[in-house]
Amino acid sequence: MAFAALPARALDVSQARNLINSAVGDINAIINSGKSEAAMYRDFERVFARYADVPTIARFALGPVARTASPAELAAFADAFQGYIARKYGKRFREFIGGSIEVRDARAVKSFYEVRTTANLRGQAPFAVSFMVSDRSGASKFFDLLIEGISLIKTEQTEIGAMLDRRGGSVARLTSDLRSLG
Amino acid sequence: MLRTAAFLGALGVLGACSPAEQPTEIFDPFESQNRAIHEFNKEFDRRILSTASEAYGETLPEPVRKVIGNVADNISLTGDIVNDVLQGRADDAVHNGFRFAINSTLGVGGIFDPAASFGLETREAGFGETLFTYGVPEGAYIELPLLGPSTQREAVGRVADFFTNASSYALEGTSAAAATGVGVVDLLNDRYDLRSVIDGVLYESEDSYAQARTLYLQNLRFRYSGENAAEQVIDIYDDVYSD
Repeated sequence: MAFAALPARALDVSQARNLINSAVGDINAIINSGKSEAAMYRDFERVFARYADVPTIARFALGPVARTASPAELAAFADAFQGYIARKYGKRFREFIGGSIEVRDARAVKSFYEVRTTANLRGQAPFAVSFMVSDRSGASKFFDLLIEGISLIKTEQTEIGAMLDRRGGSVARLTSDLRSLG
Repeated sequence: MLRTAAFLGALGVLGACSPAEQPTEIFDPFESQNRAIHEFNKEFDRRILSTASEAYGETLPEPVRKVIGNVADNISLTGDIVNDVLQGRADDAVHNGFRFAINSTLGVGGIFDPAASFGLETREAGFGETLFTYGVPEGAYIELPLLGPSTQREAVGRVADFFTNASSYALEGTSAAAATGVGVVDLLNDRYDLRSVIDGVLYESEDSYAQARTLYLQNLRFRYSGENAAEQVIDIYDDVYSD
């Protein structure tokens, strides 16, 4: 989308809605593409990289260590994290095959926008997926998503924190392990 | 059931009638005991529950499993209605009342779910939520043996739910036993339907206790204050750029 690449300017509610409309359009296309699992994960990673503020999410998930890590370490971690998220959540989205996500509404919350969507899956009751959109990184991106109230960033901060503890706080070891996890 | 409802109604009049404050933090003073129970639950799941639910899911075809889910859902509707009334949700009480009436009759005792096709889909209401609406705080996080993640308030709710369930007062002898059987089988059904999510949390996370805790608490708070979940979202730009 051209507008996702536009320089920073005050985001409004309809732009936030359009961004997510386009993101769920891409997701719907992937889950109904009939591609192989590996191909779908690659596609999910592209959607995630394009619509989500991956560097900020990765930094948040890493926790306090992010303040002392070098820019190169952070960049490598963010890159590994992006693939990990795509595989981990791609597995979930695989169950969405034949289903679809629809944008319901959008509203301003604090300094960002919430775009509410409904996931309609085959043989399951519809459930709520909300995207939090902000342009404070300089581009309009989503920085969190809530599935039935469960926040991606809170959940991943817990998981990444546990992984980091297990590796004695080494960002380098975590980064290299993360490339094969998820 | 009426006696229970009257008693709980009286409780409600005594209590403060505004919902409890919704916490955003995790309060887990019993973490070491909880972690021990978590290990026990995981072992139980690995040895018994996951295997049994796998066998169940692969043996019975989907329509049969659906029927068992319907019956279990119909049995718990009486409890849903009691809690709708206690929470002052007349529309939900009427909705679930019609649902119960239609599925018990046209649905042949809850075997089928014709109510859903009339737009009367499931609207669950438990006593934990009733306590929440009367201002009872969430309390500490606790993991219950066999039952999994809970809080002090929700654990009390579960006990009350047991008594508002149709099977515990309206049915006797073999019917009650059958209802208990349906409950157990429904658990296998849920474990089977949610297998990829549950396996992901229990066996793929590096700290399954912490994952289960955060997922449970986030979802619990969402179910009770639903539409305002975004207000609880961490503004990561404040967080990340403030240093």
